[in-house]
Amino acid sequence: MQQTRRSVMKAGGALGLLAVLGSTLLKPGRALAAWNKGAFEAKSAIDAMKALGMSNAEDSKDIVIRAPDIAENGAVVPIDVTSNIPGTTSISVFIEKNPFPYTGTFDFSQGAVPFVHLRAKLGESTPVRVVVAAGGKFYTAAKEVKVTIGGCGG
Amino acid sequence: MADPMKIRATLQGDVADVRVLMAHPMETGQRKQGGQAVPLHFIQSITAQLNGKTVFSADISQAISRNPVFAFKVKGAKAGDKIVITWKDNKGETRTDETTVRAGS
Repeated sequence: MQQTRRSVMKAGGALGLLAVLGSTLLKPGRALAAWNKGAFEAKSAIDAMKALGMSNAEDSKDIVIRAPDIAENGAVVPIDVTSNIPGTTSISVFIEKNPFPYTGTFDFSQGAVPFVHLRAKLGESTPVRVVVAAGGKFYTAAKEVKVTIGGCGG
Repeated sequence: MADPMKIRATLQGDVADVRVLMAHPMETGQRKQGGQAVPLHFIQSITAQLNGKTVFSADISQAISRNPVFAFKVKGAKAGDKIVITWKDNKGETRTDETTVRAGS
C-alpha cells in the first residue's frame, strides 16, 4: 500500500515538473513568440485587438501620434508614436480602414525609449489607432489621416 | 540575397537615435501586374540588438511601405557600441546588418 502511494506521488511529481518545463519552453515571451497570424489576418481592428488580448484598452492622452492630417500619397505615410506612459513595453499600430488593419507591434526592452517611427500604406482616409502595453495594461489613442491617393492596389 | 540595410545610429546625449532602411518590395498581395495578383511578399519580423542585447523588436504586416524605414531610440548607449539588425520575411528569407553608434554633432 505504502509502496503504491509512493510511486503514484513520484509519478505525479514528475508530471508536474514536465508541465512546468513545457510551459516555460512554449512561452519564451512575446518577442520570440510566433508571428500572430490570427491578428494579422483579422479584417477589423476590433477583431485584431481581440486576437492580441487588447480589447479592454482604455483611452489615454499620454500617447502622442504624429502623422500628417492629409497624406497626398497613401503608399508612404510617416507615423511617429511616442508613449509617455511609464513602464511602456510595446506599441501596436492598427490602420482601421485597411483590408487588414493590424500593422504591427513594436517591443522595447533594455533601455529602448518607447518611441517608433514607421512608414505605412493607407488604402483610404482612416483613423490610425495605437495601443500601448504598460504594466500589464493596455492604453489606446487614435489619429485621423485623410488620404488623397490610396496606397493599396495600383 | 536582398540588398544590405542602411543603418545609421547617432548619439544625442546618451540616447542612440537609430534609423534603418531595408530594401524589400513589401508586396501586399493586392497589387496586380498583367492581370495577375502579385503574391504576398513582406518582412514579418525585425530584431535589433545593442551590444548583443535585444532592445527593439517588431512583428509587422504587409501594410508597412515598400523599402521599410524605421527609427527607434536606445538610452544608455555609447559611441562605438554595436547595433545589429535582422529581418525575416514571409518566404523565410533573412538579412542581418550591423553598424556602430557614432557620436552626435
